Amino acid sequence: MATTSLRLHRRRTGERVIKGALLACGVVSVATTVGIILSLAFETVEFFRAVPILDFLTGTRWAPTFSPSSFGVLPLVAATLVIAGIAVAVATPLGLGAAIYLSEYARPKTRKIIKPTLEVLAGIPTVVFGYFGLLFVTPELIQPLVPGTQVFNALAAGIVVGIAIIPVVASISEDAMRAVPRSLREAAYGMGATKRTVATKVVVPAALSGIAAAVILALSRAVGETMIVTIMAGGQPNLTADVRQGMQTMTAYIVQASLGDTPQTSIAYKTIFALGSTLFVMTLTLNIISTSIVRRFRERYE
Amino acid sequence: MTAIAEATRRPLATGKRAERSLRSLAFTLLLMLCLLVGLLALLILLIDVVRDGAGRLDGSFVNSLDSRFPDRAGIKPALIGTLWLMLFVAVFSFPLGVGAAVYLEEFAPKNRLTRFIEVNVANLAAVPSVIYGLLGLAVFVRFMHMGRSILAGALTLVLLILPVIIVAGREAVRAVPPSIREGALAVGATQWQAVRDQTLPAAMPGILTGVILGLSRAIGEAAPLITLGALTYVNFVPGPLDRFSAMPILIFNWISRPQAGYHRAAAAGIILLLGVLMLMNAVAVFMRNRYEKRW
Repeated sequence: MATTSLRLHRRRTGERVIKGALLACGVVSVATTVGIILSLAFETVEFFRAVPILDFLTGTRWAPTFSPSSFGVLPLVAATLVIAGIAVAVATPLGLGAAIYLSEYARPKTRKIIKPTLEVLAGIPTVVFGYFGLLFVTPELIQPLVPGTQVFNALAAGIVVGIAIIPVVASISEDAMRAVPRSLREAAYGMGATKRTVATKVVVPAALSGIAAAVILALSRAVGETMIVTIMAGGQPNLTADVRQGMQTMTAYIVQASLGDTPQTSIAYKTIFALGSTLFVMTLTLNIISTSIVRRFRERYE
Repeated sequence: MTAIAEATRRPLATGKRAERSLRSLAFTLLLMLCLLVGLLALLILLIDVVRDGAGRLDGSFVNSLDSRFPDRAGIKPALIGTLWLMLFVAVFSFPLGVGAAVYLEEFAPKNRLTRFIEVNVANLAAVPSVIYGLLGLAVFVRFMHMGRSILAGALTLVLLILPVIIVAGREAVRAVPPSIREGALAVGATQWQAVRDQTLPAAMPGILTGVILGLSRAIGEAAPLITLGALTYVNFVPGPLDRFSAMPILIFNWISRPQAGYHRAAAAGIILLLGVLMLMNAVAVFMRNRYEKRW
């Protein structure tokens, strides 16, 4: 009896140790978030000691290495939003169309082949898209079609980022459409609706919250996209609405500054953290909106 | 009565009906077109890359250092860098990811901490990869004094892909029916023994698939590594604590150079990278089909 209880006791201790170790693995993810926030915050505060926050947020000239230097982030933010806007404008109709087709029209066999193929697109490294964009899309497609387009330009960059995020829109909104119960479709068919009417008037509205979440998540992905825009949109901060010109996004600046060896004490080093914070806040806001849309507006069917 | 109604309605309706079906057809075609654009882009991308780079991809390309002469530039240092990275990433991310997944599925009490971890994992998955680079720069490179080494790069990538592995791992663990676990508990196994001997082996194919998917995300990442200070030009074969480059970084570097010869080298590097990726995905699909049990 004594031995069993001893063994049990030892087992329990071992059990507790293992449970603690597993918990520690789970906590790594929390530590990651804390680490991101702390490391961004720390250097950003340092940055704002040197650069007034208002100058940063409202300045229209980004020239950190010039003298006199100027740290107006607006050109970078504008470029980021322009390119992400183009990307979402490309990816939303294409991804949505693909999702409607896969969810409502495609036979199961077709779907089983096409869906993974489309998802291959999501697995292509972004440098590869950058190569394709800079050396094929811009010179072969965009420059002949849109006169005056420069080698580095926002238009082609936005389009290629858009292609890269099609799978985000398509797969999340397809999931939302497939979650619409059959009874709704059948009720519409029963009233004589065509397949097209069922798709556009029943399925899409019922899945709208999921679709909206997908589009916002795609936008967040486009805002944070780095290599495609670094390769395709160039390295010149440029506050303009002319998408045929090159412009530098926040992410592209971070890469450009990191390529040079930046000493820790320099203002350039703190600058990339300030930009990282801005980017983090933007994408986090979008992600929170996306998940709260799903939670709040999800239609519940029984 | 109905027959009369039918007869009076029909001639009026045909025109509309024809128009309607024509519109439906047009709509269907439009949807197919949307799908086709994505698939076509993928196809053209692959053709473009193979056309540009296939001629450069040979033994000496894989086995040479980078060069001032575009036609002699090879990918060896970056390839070795990538292999080192993948080795470390696999070694660290597997236990961490599996541990977190098992904890959340099997051990976690339903409390605030658990919910917080779950929300946190979901949010981390959507953080842009450059920001992980900044994290790596501040924590691993500076704070822990690892320097801009392969180890620091690998740890950064581990954090980046952990959400992918945790989500896939949880799904795999959840797919094991409770009866298996309950059977083990009924014959006197402790909770951990049931997990170790029953749940984990049954969930392993799904878990490994998730790890491979995570690795295939890590292998193509350039932005976080550049941010933490990986080199774009390396002309030595690096060891784990050395400064390093990796395939996507060198490809980026070659793309940014003006000479067409470097662009061909970049294309050859891309073919190699995509080849490795395809192989990894094939292994993942194979494992899922071959070993996944249906309960």
